[in-house]
Amino acid sequence: MIGALIIVFREVIEAGLIVGIVLAVTRGVPGRGLWVAGGVAAGVAGAALLAVFAGALSGALAGIGQEIFNASVLALAVVMLAWHNIWMASHGREMANQLRGAGREVAEGRKTLAALAIVVAVAVLREGSEVVLFLYGIAASGKEGFSALLLGGLSGLVLGAALSALMFFGLVVIPPRYLFGVTTALITFLAAGMAAQCVVFLQQAGLLTALSATVWDSSALLPDDSMFGRLLHVLFGYVDQPSGMQVLVYFAVLAAIFGATRTFGAQPPARAAA
Amino acid sequence: MKTRMTIAGLALAALLAAPFAAEAATVRLTIKGGKFIPAEPHAPANEPLTIVVKNLDSAASEFESKTLRVEKVVPPGGEVTMQIRPLNPGRYHFFDDFHQETTEGDLVVE
Repeated sequence: MIGALIIVFREVIEAGLIVGIVLAVTRGVPGRGLWVAGGVAAGVAGAALLAVFAGALSGALAGIGQEIFNASVLALAVVMLAWHNIWMASHGREMANQLRGAGREVAEGRKTLAALAIVVAVAVLREGSEVVLFLYGIAASGKEGFSALLLGGLSGLVLGAALSALMFFGLVVIPPRYLFGVTTALITFLAAGMAAQCVVFLQQAGLLTALSATVWDSSALLPDDSMFGRLLHVLFGYVDQPSGMQVLVYFAVLAAIFGATRTFGAQPPARAAA
Repeated sequence: MKTRMTIAGLALAALLAAPFAAEAATVRLTIKGGKFIPAEPHAPANEPLTIVVKNLDSAASEFESKTLRVEKVVPPGGEVTMQIRPLNPGRYHFFDDFHQETTEGDLVVE
């Protein structure tokens, strides 16, 4: 039961934090609930499907199907997050000028709702497939009764959702005029962390071998599988033993998105909304 | 369709992975009865490695190592392959992420 609780909790916060950020970003956008729920539903359905075909997937593409899939899914999320940020930066200011309502420019964010729904789906898909595989494995091995498994899984789900909700409410107490700047920064870090994770899968597949040596080891100081480390990992892409390529890609994506946001957004968005 | 995908995949993988795979030393692991066999494999230092994990159990595993920087699902009855960067001598801990408390081992690089 504890095993199921821990695994489900862990995967739920990883996906849940991303859902929380997307909900905060789209606050006040009409129809966002449907889009986000649709993203979650698509992710859950995909995760179940993925778990069923786990064997076929890992055998595909000469044994690196799993890595290619993970890397592609992460790359897709990075592109969608970048697009959202750049679009909001280029349109946020003119919309603020025209509409004069602090909440309205956020409301106009529905243009990128589909992109954010894809990000949600992708996050749920990745973490969800692990949960399905794990729970199925326990059920198949018959070591734990069904009710214990269900109880553990549900407790993990509830705890994970609660933590994600805390994150969401923490974000929404920020006044709308600053919220835009905060979420823009959050999404940029989120995208950079995902890009670095994408690098790990390409390295594991043997497709990327440059700069593979470990740059630093802070696992004694702050292990990335600790509670706080995991939080930092999801939000900022923290890894305790990164390779050179991971660090390089992380900062390259960070600089690219910040740069593009700034270029298209003439002024810093937080001030533009004022 | 499946054949075409496989061929395309093979071509892609051969193209991209060939220079790397040619020289890689291989470490073979089996998961059986919730244990890694061998639990303490040895490998040469300073050259690229290939790790092959075969899962003979009925439950899915996830082979994971923070120091080796890999994580990969090993379906029941399945076998997976991972590429590892050239390593410095030392011990590299690995575990089954789905059964962390029971299924683990160390790769000894020398």
